[in-house]
Amino acid sequence: MKEFTPAPDSASIVSVTDRVKPVTLGMGVTSVYFLGPRAAFVGGEENVALVDAKGEITTVAVHSGGILSTASDGKRLIMGGDDGKVVSLDAKGEVTLLATDPKRRWIDAVALHPDGAYAWSAGKKATVKSGRAEEKSLEVPSTVGGLAFAPKGLRLAIAHYNGATLWFPNMEGSAEFLPWAGSHLGVTFSPDNKFLVTTMHEAALHGWRLADNRHMRMTGYPGRVRSMSWSAGGKGLATSGADTVIIWPFGSKDGPMGKEPAMLAPLQARVSVVACHPKNDILAAGYSDGTVLMVRLEDGAEILVRRNGTPPVAAIAWNAKGTLLAFADENGDGGLLEL
Amino acid sequence: MSEASQKIPVTVLTGYLGAGKTTLLNRILSENHGKKYAVIVNEFGEIGIDNDLIIGADEEVFEMNNGCICCTVRGDLVRIMDGLMKRKGKFDAIIVETTGLADPAPVAQTFFVDEDVQKNARLDAVVTVADAKWLSDRLKDAPEAKNQIAFADVIVLNKTDLVTKPELAEVEARIRAINPYAKLHRTERCSVALADVLDRGAFDLDRILDIEPDFLEADDHDHDHDHHHHGHDHHHHDHGHGLKHYHDEDMQSLSLKTDKPLDPNVFMPWLQNLVQVEGGKILRSKGILAFHDDDDRYVFQGVHMMLEGNHQRKWKDGEPRESRLVFIGRELPEKAIREGFESCIVS
Repeated sequence: MKEFTPAPDSASIVSVTDRVKPVTLGMGVTSVYFLGPRAAFVGGEENVALVDAKGEITTVAVHSGGILSTASDGKRLIMGGDDGKVVSLDAKGEVTLLATDPKRRWIDAVALHPDGAYAWSAGKKATVKSGRAEEKSLEVPSTVGGLAFAPKGLRLAIAHYNGATLWFPNMEGSAEFLPWAGSHLGVTFSPDNKFLVTTMHEAALHGWRLADNRHMRMTGYPGRVRSMSWSAGGKGLATSGADTVIIWPFGSKDGPMGKEPAMLAPLQARVSVVACHPKNDILAAGYSDGTVLMVRLEDGAEILVRRNGTPPVAAIAWNAKGTLLAFADENGDGGLLEL
Repeated sequence: MSEASQKIPVTVLTGYLGAGKTTLLNRILSENHGKKYAVIVNEFGEIGIDNDLIIGADEEVFEMNNGCICCTVRGDLVRIMDGLMKRKGKFDAIIVETTGLADPAPVAQTFFVDEDVQKNARLDAVVTVADAKWLSDRLKDAPEAKNQIAFADVIVLNKTDLVTKPELAEVEARIRAINPYAKLHRTERCSVALADVLDRGAFDLDRILDIEPDFLEADDHDHDHDHHHHGHDHHHHDHGHGLKHYHDEDMQSLSLKTDKPLDPNVFMPWLQNLVQVEGGKILRSKGILAFHDDDDRYVFQGVHMMLEGNHQRKWKDGEPRESRLVFIGRELPEKAIREGFESCIVS
């Protein structure tokens, strides 16, 4: 266990804290994405703050209430709100209303496909809109916890109670149920399309190998996993929820079955968010005490980006090239680091 | 204390169909109290208040994967709480209205089990609205109604204008047979003071003070507090203060008391084991404990198999160091519980 409270001149760790451009957003932040050159910090309610490399902030109103769900493909950001609306925000800062729930129910989850299709859920119903085709909806047995598009083909994974459902919206009767007891919240496909992983209400992940639906139990976390990120090339899945970054190996055909995860960057605080670098085997992690680290996957070498002593880090992201890192804590105090 | 008071209080509003939950809810929302509520309801449209956040819920109950069969939580509440926390500062308190047929346990357990919910909110009290005219019948034919009475911290006995005095006495006696500890308020059209239903701190360990039966406190005479835990042969008889005593065949409360110190090394494993084995039957439990060689009061409370407890404060000078426990539940194995408790006393 290490703690980053030593004197600022301590030589025990490489620090780039002095190279971080501070960003003060003045609003609660829940996530961050890059839209072109600007970082889009998503507020807990109403607004998104677009921040350019100079640190200039442009605030855009997107919802008239809480922002419950977000997804981005790097070109635009789509969001679901407690105002029953699905909206998108593009790199220019333009907001488009995509859908309104007829009963104004909360939009609990959203997903965005690389080809521009998008999905959202309200209650038990998931809806997909692809190009000019009509909206297609599927009702699952219980409230949708999370949505994710497969990297290939128009296929949607829907996490809910007691499992996940895989669905080809353009194929009638194609819904396939993958059972596993418990409440499934977040969901992600591996970049090679071979595995599906969910975060559970319990402090665990669950996975299925899609070729044969074999189960993968990934347990041992002290807290619920809220953040997952695939490493460059999809060889590992980095996760929050423990006092180290937990990285499950997905490089072989068996995924993490029968294997131990790597545990990097231990601190006396819990990892709250993770973001893998898009090109190199590096990740950035934010902790519950406000610390931000960059970590090399190969050997666990660490670089300090931000010191502890603030609320938990709530948002962290790299730009597509991997030259900029953006982060913010729950209160909206964040930073930009250019590499 | 300060940590607890920063958390948003959550009031759970239960009651059988038609008892008057919506009336009470509208009353709470429309009264001039300067507070904003987030209200989690099952049916939209019955209440129409501008200022408050109204959220529709689906009452989705799921079992936790922890091998504990009665450990069910409301998944929809976990999700809604998560969403509401993004709007912190926009409301002062949360009210969860359940359907008439709902079991309050999963709602309460959600606030014990879920780490994130627990961090931000605290369960304040379970308030049950009961219909003075029909409750006696419902207690016979609707197990849900009985659960709601057994679980309650506060009972609003409504529609008292529709019954005669003897009928009212009878329904109260039936309520007391199940749950003698809840605060009971007799109302017409749910006209109860808000302070009597909100901000009760019923789940606050620091406020587990009076676990004496409510109606005994209300009376002036000095009673032997054990008298309502008599054997199964007394059906209803009169105790001379106008209140009939019923014995509910199914749901009872059991209180234990001793002025001798308990051995924590025996008591703790006994209690843990008791709620593990009998937790399905035990709806609520509470206790104030005096341990051997310990100058601090220990308090605990539980919902089914879940327990939380802590040292509370020093015993005051002259305060009798008594241990008192209360269990409310279904078909409680009274003899085994009493014997087990006796075995925890330091001899």
